[in-house]
Amino acid sequence: MTKLLEVEDLTVTFRTGDGDVNAVNGLSFDIDEGETLAIVGESGSGKSQTAFATMGLLARNGRASGQVRFDGTDLLSLSQAKMNKMRSEKVAMIFQDPMTSLNPYMRISDQMAEVLTLHKGLSKRDAIAEAARMLDAVRIPDARARITMYPHEFSGGMRQRIMIAMALLCQPRLLIADEPTTALDVTVQAQIMSLLGTIRDDFGTAVILITHDLGIVADFCDRTLVMYGGQIMEEGATTDVFAAPAHPYTKGLLRAVPRLDRDDDVLQTIAGEPPDMSRLPAGCPFSPRCDIVRPECTATRPAQEAFPPERRRACHAPLTEVTS
Amino acid sequence: MTMQSVAGDVSGAEVIEGRSLWQDAKRRFLKNKAAVVSAFVFLFLCIFAFFGQFLSQYDRETIDFTLMGANAYKGVPSFETGHYFGVDSDGRDLYARTVQGLRISIMIGIVGSLVAGIVGTLYGATAGYLGGRVDGIMMRTVDVLMSIPFMFVLILMLVMFGRSITILFIGVGLISWLDMSRIVRGQTLSIKNKEFVEAAVAIGVSPAKIILRHIVPNLIGVVVVYMSLLVPTMILTESFISFLGLGVQEPNTSLGALLNRGAGALQSGVTTWQFYFPLTVFIVLLFALFFIGDGLRDALDPKDR
Amino acid sequence: MTQPILHVRDLAVAFDIRPQGAWPWTKPLKLHAVGGVSFDLAPGECLGVVGESGSGKSTLARAIVGTIPATSGEVLFEGQDLASMSVSERRVHRKDVQMIFQDPLAALNPRMTVGDIIAEPLTTHYPQTPASEVKARVGELMERVGLLPNLINRYPHEFSGGQCQRIGIARALILQPKLLICDEPVSALDVSVQAQVVNLLAELRRDMGLSMIFIAHDLSVVKHISDRIAVMYLGKLMEMAEAKTLCTVPQHPYTQALISSVPIPDPVLEAARKRPILEGELPSPLAPPSGCVFRTRCPKAQASCAEAPPRVEVLEGDHRVACPFHAPMDVLERA
Repeated sequence: MTKLLEVEDLTVTFRTGDGDVNAVNGLSFDIDEGETLAIVGESGSGKSQTAFATMGLLARNGRASGQVRFDGTDLLSLSQAKMNKMRSEKVAMIFQDPMTSLNPYMRISDQMAEVLTLHKGLSKRDAIAEAARMLDAVRIPDARARITMYPHEFSGGMRQRIMIAMALLCQPRLLIADEPTTALDVTVQAQIMSLLGTIRDDFGTAVILITHDLGIVADFCDRTLVMYGGQIMEEGATTDVFAAPAHPYTKGLLRAVPRLDRDDDVLQTIAGEPPDMSRLPAGCPFSPRCDIVRPECTATRPAQEAFPPERRRACHAPLTEVTS
Repeated sequence: MTMQSVAGDVSGAEVIEGRSLWQDAKRRFLKNKAAVVSAFVFLFLCIFAFFGQFLSQYDRETIDFTLMGANAYKGVPSFETGHYFGVDSDGRDLYARTVQGLRISIMIGIVGSLVAGIVGTLYGATAGYLGGRVDGIMMRTVDVLMSIPFMFVLILMLVMFGRSITILFIGVGLISWLDMSRIVRGQTLSIKNKEFVEAAVAIGVSPAKIILRHIVPNLIGVVVVYMSLLVPTMILTESFISFLGLGVQEPNTSLGALLNRGAGALQSGVTTWQFYFPLTVFIVLLFALFFIGDGLRDALDPKDR
Repeated sequence: MTQPILHVRDLAVAFDIRPQGAWPWTKPLKLHAVGGVSFDLAPGECLGVVGESGSGKSTLARAIVGTIPATSGEVLFEGQDLASMSVSERRVHRKDVQMIFQDPLAALNPRMTVGDIIAEPLTTHYPQTPASEVKARVGELMERVGLLPNLINRYPHEFSGGQCQRIGIARALILQPKLLICDEPVSALDVSVQAQVVNLLAELRRDMGLSMIFIAHDLSVVKHISDRIAVMYLGKLMEMAEAKTLCTVPQHPYTQALISSVPIPDPVLEAARKRPILEGELPSPLAPPSGCVFRTRCPKAQASCAEAPPRVEVLEGDHRVACPFHAPMDVLERA
């Protein structure tokens, strides 16, 4: 059975003044129809570049190699025109800052209608009606009247709703959300996440949620993929990963987050700093910060190791040592 | 970032020297070949302007009477006669005059941009940092000064006080800082809202120290770039005035005055070298300065900060 | 309670906002960023202040530090009113109250070396200090906050976010202040680094006997480090209580909504949690609702809420809540 999206050995390289930098290094994962996958990582983990590469939106000095198959078509080899069509009809993306993808000089109605007239061949009038319906669906109060407003007239939370509405216009099968709530307040974040949840259930859209917030992941995602230094550290069902992390990084990360429901005196920390992607250590990228580091960790990159139930991890230390 | 190197320094007890933004800028500037070549060209022109006269056996005001009446064919540029650039219509050595004209032009340019740099930066930074009514009064003053047609005033001054290089210097200095103060004020307004300025206020640093220690050093990128672009503007202004016949007084000269004379000679069509030698020097100077300004702008690009 | 180190009474901060295109002589609108906040801070105590953007928590911090003038009210620091002092008098008192900022890199002057940055408070307030002593103090502090003293001549851009925040902390501590105000000190940092900085602050507080005001939007972090927590909404205090009480049995409807909005990194618990989601968004601070500012989004709002601002009720254990309809709610309970 083919999956909705299959990413195989994806590598993203940026040409910079100091030579080539690999932001993503041999990444493989897949996502099924209607599934929710979280890609978790800190800054520099390559989580956003993975999304940009998938969408064909890499910066000009970036290059992606490997395979990204959407419904069997390799997205990386598509022409610009075909990719544009794919982007507007089947795969949509929402960003941390909605203003980056809303044109500040165009009315919301025109921006949304443009997508529909272009890709679905609707008349302008129908397109605007459809857009208003979609704004209603993302619970923008008084959508019909506010559709003629400009992006800056909305609050941050409302703009994110508009972004979601725009992303959903052509009823995509996959929605990639890159830190959709990082810039928002917690109460608004809760609104947006519950909205995304409703949309996923109503439209059956598969969602890739890229975030650094483990709380949102726990709340929202079926499966979790943990990235560090451009590589996968571990992957598995969210409940399994959180209950029994199989990689020292995941374990450390879960312990480093203060929790509202617990009273710990001192937070467990991960020593050191997130990696410098232009100077990744040889071997496991996490080895300089790992507390159970072994000699082979600094020499060779650990291979992906699968283990039940449907999980995998990349670590030299035996599983029992990590989970104990 | 240099995390790895920082982490790797654990063993060394000696103090590690940091790489300041200036050093970064210098590295970027040195990578820009056109700018580096231009910097050398400019340096060469400066040396030429200040020491070039020692290579010549003539000075700028002595008329070579041996060529009397035969300037057009005996006064041609030649190494044999020692008139490397030939002589002008009055029989004076053009080489010596070009050296001296270049000196005046470079000085005008540098004085103009220095006044702009110092006065404009302090004025603009003060107005921008203090804000409110002080800012209003200071900037309206600049607006008023800018609304006076400067060229007209300068010409009037030269006519009233007589043509002199001092008046020219004063005139150029008076106006050059106005634009600078506006640019600096704008920059200051954005720097003022940065957290490090707030941190300094919270620490209790006095306003004067905040301007000098926290605002001005962060402005210098913009100021240096603008100053380097101001040098050619000032030279062009002076050349224009001198071309009109107002600037420096005989027997002193400047590139503009030389071009003026040369243009006259061009019309008669005989002693055309009188035009082409100063023109070449003028163009080389301007190109060098613009390339340097360009290189500085790329090197100090605020985007990289 | 012992004599408080900081005593804030009815502190209000308003900004003048001039509508676009208004005539220069028209009266500007008043934006009440902080409207009548009162609290005491005991020596050695850490008060957490949480609120969403626009709640006025950062403005409150700046009014206490004195980088923004207070419109009315008092800020008594060890019995002296900071708010009514002249600018130059105030400058002398600055050494006792220091601040840590949100954006670690932006809070450091990019043209100064780390050593100069950390030494600046010392050289400002004690200009006579010999250079060797300044250097020794800076080295000592760098070590204390977990930086290698041999990096003293480096520049801020050569450090990572976490390290920059350590530099900021060292600068704030060099004068041995009595009160440290932290404005979102960890929100710009990665999770793994955030924990390091939080631990460092907790440790420094214990060792140096610092009083602290810790401002953040992340309730989990605030709860971890604070003794008491104050919840702000649209410039007003909604609720203030001992940290654990506030997070487990909040009384105010806003606090309850806030806590239930915070996701907990535990999928099992998350699935079981009931989460009343707060509808709507923050009203414009230029035209705040009459009476209780929270009433437009409050699930318990009544007609009477619009009439007058709610009185602050003091419950058991100095638990203050500004809502007449307050009732405890166990927001973390499993359904």
